Amino acid sequence: MSASISTPLALIAELTHRCPLHCVYCSNPLELTRRDSELPTEAWARVFREAAELGVLQADFTGGEPLARPDLSQLIRAARAAGLYVSLITSGLPLDEKRLDDLAQAGVDHIQVSFQGACEQSSLEFADAGVFAQKLRVTKWIKRHRIALTLNFVIHRQNLDQLEEMLALAEQIIPGRVEFAHVQYYGWAFSNLRSLLPTRAQLDRSLEFLKKAEELLRGRIRVEYVVPDYYAKYPKACMGGWGRKLMLITPRGDVLPCHAAASLPDMKFENVAEKPLRTIWHESPSFQKFRGEEWMPEPCRSCDRRSLDFGGCRCQALLLANDATVTDPVCSLAPQRHIVDELLAEVNAAPTMPVIAGEPTKIEWIYRSNRM
Amino acid sequence: MAPETTSRPRLAPGCRLNERASQPRVLLMPERALRLNGPSLEIVERCDGTHTVQQIVSELQKLYSQAEPQKVEQDILGYLALLNEKRALDFE
Repeated sequence: MSASISTPLALIAELTHRCPLHCVYCSNPLELTRRDSELPTEAWARVFREAAELGVLQADFTGGEPLARPDLSQLIRAARAAGLYVSLITSGLPLDEKRLDDLAQAGVDHIQVSFQGACEQSSLEFADAGVFAQKLRVTKWIKRHRIALTLNFVIHRQNLDQLEEMLALAEQIIPGRVEFAHVQYYGWAFSNLRSLLPTRAQLDRSLEFLKKAEELLRGRIRVEYVVPDYYAKYPKACMGGWGRKLMLITPRGDVLPCHAAASLPDMKFENVAEKPLRTIWHESPSFQKFRGEEWMPEPCRSCDRRSLDFGGCRCQALLLANDATVTDPVCSLAPQRHIVDELLAEVNAAPTMPVIAGEPTKIEWIYRSNRM
Repeated sequence: MAPETTSRPRLAPGCRLNERASQPRVLLMPERALRLNGPSLEIVERCDGTHTVQQIVSELQKLYSQAEPQKVEQDILGYLALLNEKRALDFE
């Protein structure tokens, strides 16, 4: 069995669930880990060493907001000392120049700053916080260090018409990389699905625009985009396949095969305090559950694409079809595809309110609650 | 687009070789890792902001003297262009 188990390449370290924002599309679980249950510095340092031993090359520090951890510089140092490449995924607050100097000194390799849009109104409306000006300051500070910068624009139905302004912002800042990442419908985002899912026409326009942007910026800025898979013909290879390339560690030290795995029923996750990471990766029932092809139902089991998309996303199967073991319903071959088609018919029939950059929409959002 | 032969390529911010001797050599960059074989490692190690493209070419032509010099040059220019497209290089 273990001969077929591959080496994980990256570790997603959810350092904390604490966060100053209230994004309407937050992908964290509905139930958050409290501060007093978070792994201490030394436990993370051990995890980083164990991960590097296992072959992991990169650690993505995320959250919540990683900056909420006062020991962030120490954690970066520990991951670097273990031999890992460290990316920090952040909203950019609370951060000042002095603290950024500390993070740079500690050896952070790459910082990804997320944007709700290209203006303050987008931050106010989608994150319930006026943080746009701060984000701009932070990107300027980062550029003064030899740290890679990614701008991550989270896109959806209500800001897809701001792509031009987002691109202009990227051309002004000139990061190494800009990501236009469509909202993924898990966690909090699933509650706001009908307000976030774009129409087919919006999507087509945006893809055409982003293709042009990629050409325009070639050799200057690396442009990447993530499309909403509800409109795809085949599902995404979620996490590059279950237990194949990635693992995620929650703030309290549970080791998960993906971000939303905690939502799956009848799953028990191991904790780094109890077992070495190597044992968890190779042997834990949670990583074995959907690894390989044994678990696959039809039409996946006999499908030529099973080694390309691995049956899609288990959490999406649960959310949409109420069964984590079926083919991802976004697949055009899935018996449950009609669920997605009905949703798409509904959002395509609903009127799109013209969104004017800088002006609020009239949507009643369900804002992310950060109560723990 | 082929790089200028007089420019000095340097790894872009956030792009570096991995440090663990026990692992195969890879070029680490945001959200990506490129495995390096013999010649590509020789090229990347010289992207330090001091070697010009021309110098990298002549050094590798010496190193791989059994290969056609023209072919070595083409391969290097192609590889540098690829790294630039991935935003792993700056040319100074």
